[in-house]
Amino acid sequence: MSSTLLLAVAVGLAFVGYFYGRAKAAAFTPAGPRPWLHIHSRPVFHGWFVALAVAIPALLALGLWQASGGSLPSVVGPVAMLVAGLGGGAWAISRLEPSFRARTWVERAIMVLLLAASLIAILTTVGIVFSLLFEAGRFFTRVSPVEFLFGTKWSPQMAIRADQVGSSGAFGGLPVFWGTIFIGAIIAMLVAVPLGLLSAIYLSQYATPLARKVLKPVLEVLAGVPTVVYGFFAALTVAPAVRNLGLALGVSEASGQSALAAGLVMGIMIIPFVSSMADDAINAVPQAMRDGSLALGATTSETVRHVVIPAALPGIVGGILLAVSRAIGETMIVVMAAGLAANLTANPFKSVTTVTVQIVQLLTGDQEFDSPKTLSAFALGLVLFLITLVLNIYALRIVKKYREAYE
Amino acid sequence: MSTLAEPLPAAPAARRPPTDWKDPAMLARVRRRYRSERIFRSVGLAALVFAVGFLGLLLVTMLQNGLGGFRQTQVKIEAVLDPTLLELGSDRSEEALESANYVAVYTRAIRDSLGSDATRVASASGWLALRERVMADPALLGQTVEIWVPVRSPIDQYAKGRIDPDIPPELSPIAPDQRAAYLRLKEEGLIRTGFNRTFLVTSDSKAPETAGIWGALVGSLMTIAVTLALAFPVGVLSAVYLEEFAPRNRWTDLIEVSINNLAAVPSIIFGLLGLAVFLNTMGLPRSAPLVGGLTLALMTLPVIVVAARAAIKAVPPSIRDAALGIGASRLQTVFEHVVPLALPGILTGTIIGVGRALGETAPLLMIGMKAFIVDAPRRITDPATALPVQIFLWSEDVDRGFVEKTSAAILVLLMVLLLINAVAIYLRNKYERKW
Repeated sequence: MSSTLLLAVAVGLAFVGYFYGRAKAAAFTPAGPRPWLHIHSRPVFHGWFVALAVAIPALLALGLWQASGGSLPSVVGPVAMLVAGLGGGAWAISRLEPSFRARTWVERAIMVLLLAASLIAILTTVGIVFSLLFEAGRFFTRVSPVEFLFGTKWSPQMAIRADQVGSSGAFGGLPVFWGTIFIGAIIAMLVAVPLGLLSAIYLSQYATPLARKVLKPVLEVLAGVPTVVYGFFAALTVAPAVRNLGLALGVSEASGQSALAAGLVMGIMIIPFVSSMADDAINAVPQAMRDGSLALGATTSETVRHVVIPAALPGIVGGILLAVSRAIGETMIVVMAAGLAANLTANPFKSVTTVTVQIVQLLTGDQEFDSPKTLSAFALGLVLFLITLVLNIYALRIVKKYREAYE
Repeated sequence: MSTLAEPLPAAPAARRPPTDWKDPAMLARVRRRYRSERIFRSVGLAALVFAVGFLGLLLVTMLQNGLGGFRQTQVKIEAVLDPTLLELGSDRSEEALESANYVAVYTRAIRDSLGSDATRVASASGWLALRERVMADPALLGQTVEIWVPVRSPIDQYAKGRIDPDIPPELSPIAPDQRAAYLRLKEEGLIRTGFNRTFLVTSDSKAPETAGIWGALVGSLMTIAVTLALAFPVGVLSAVYLEEFAPRNRWTDLIEVSINNLAAVPSIIFGLLGLAVFLNTMGLPRSAPLVGGLTLALMTLPVIVVAARAAIKAVPPSIRDAALGIGASRLQTVFEHVVPLALPGILTGTIIGVGRALGETAPLLMIGMKAFIVDAPRRITDPATALPVQIFLWSEDVDRGFVEKTSAAILVLLMVLLLINAVAIYLRNKYERKW
């Protein structure tokens, strides 16, 4: 019998148990003048109690049988399931009586379920850390961490050709890290920080309520557009324009895939993020400070520049750090617009590569799971995870500390 | 200290004359300050206009490139559905009809009805339309049918005016004889341009004129269904626990820190997790919506938890007190009163999370959903692709026809996202309660 059918049988048995338990409890005859003192739980809970007593052992038996992987005769599974389910049901039914605390039992089971659900977040974190550490550890047994972190030559593609001189490939990650920082933390931020900050200032200080009501959601739409759309736009429209600009400026190496095109589009994608963080920070500045400055005769812009921004600075910086963390983890825009060549260059018209591009490049297509080429993707992933983690924790701490300072 | 009680010494007489507001220097200073105020204000407005303008440019570009993808140029052929040429025996079962040799019939039909100079006008995959017709009505076998089939992509582009007719022939994607044949057929009235049904009902293809998004759409929907089925219950239960029952201790702090950090982990890291755990350790099938959905569920979970906690927190304590006061248990209070009242907020957050998951590409690339798949998946364990991944796949093709298809697929994706967000906004406006 297939496991789907067995599962259906177990659920069906639990259903039968539910209705039986409920019916039996509903038939309890009230004893004495005040029956509610003698019947502890409502019939539904008796029903649930029987259903759980059937389902949990049956599913456990089924799981164990599945885990044994067919080393036992095929008749064992269904029989074990039936015995466990029916046994659990019989035990439960034997306990049903007016004074039985069915609700307490059922609620205890639900609490276990609630706890289990919230542990999944921890399990995911642990899963990420362990899978990255494990695969990266295998990578570091072949390539030294020092070479990976500080080497200046990255060409993992050579690694699969054994007849080549450098058959182990070159795994110096510096050009990749530089590309990530160049696009995500420099170019994108040069676009996103001024534009996001100015938008936030305009929206919070100058815009009429109506304009704010219309423009703010429009700005948010920028954050809701899928990144693959930005990537396509960057490759289709922005990259050729940037290349022509480069050629017009006399940069002979201007490439069709450039750091500038990817960083520009990524910066625009990040604008709403910076703007909403800046908006929060600006709104947290006490009105008294603003009023004080205005009362001394300062114009709105002087108030913003000399009072509001300095007061909101920690919050804004925290927001920018969060934006950097998001930008360096962004994948599709750089995959489609930044290129694969690991250049250690500060020329924005040249093609650079990033951590995320390399991960995608190394792990799509056919993989052999033992080559350092494939494993290096996990080492890159580990670096990315750690950097974003540190940035996030640090930024959140700044933002929180600053918020408390004004409360 | 008694000094405070003593009267303050009289202020020294002002040595400065009162401010002369009419002084030219003062007027110039004020003018300068107001000018810088105006500049600052317009720079802020300019930043906003730039951001919104970029969004507009993006949408206009996609509309310009993509709207053509919903129209298709077709050519009319007459096909003789000869069972011998189709290599059909006496067997008329569905499998036999599906695997018959339509290519032979199609090739002959093109030559006979369009002329030998026009063999490169009709799409090489046009036989699919023949097959669809026969499968729908097997009684047509042995008869002659008129059928519209798509033309090849360069001709389609030419017909839509997207190829400059003046560029030198060696650079043009369309050969001179091809163009001549097309123009002749057009004269004869055998060409039409109509709604591109193919794009909506077929799956991926090597030829742009027969490529469609149906398979990717189904793959996306299956993936999202798995995501929703996992992330919604787990997220809500988790939020209920953290908000209503969790004791304040190191463990619950750890859970909170994990959730906040997961919300900020780059999506590609979830892809690596899916690859290492679901594919390599648990051995689930590659490229399947099941694995995609599992991966995206882990990614969406923190979003749902955060939204659900905020919604639960917004339910006033008086509701809880009232329920507890008439003898409900804590769980009854939560599940029969608090959660139903918080549900609109929870649903809005969930829809937003799902919308984000629907547009996500990178984690799906990691688990192998970047694949050339010509059929829509039937089960969640079949190999499949998703709409954003399909967009990425097509975007790598330089063919002009695929640029159009990519943009058209983007328009479909944006429409779906718009619809989802509209539902979220509607729900919020309709059911949100201010306490």
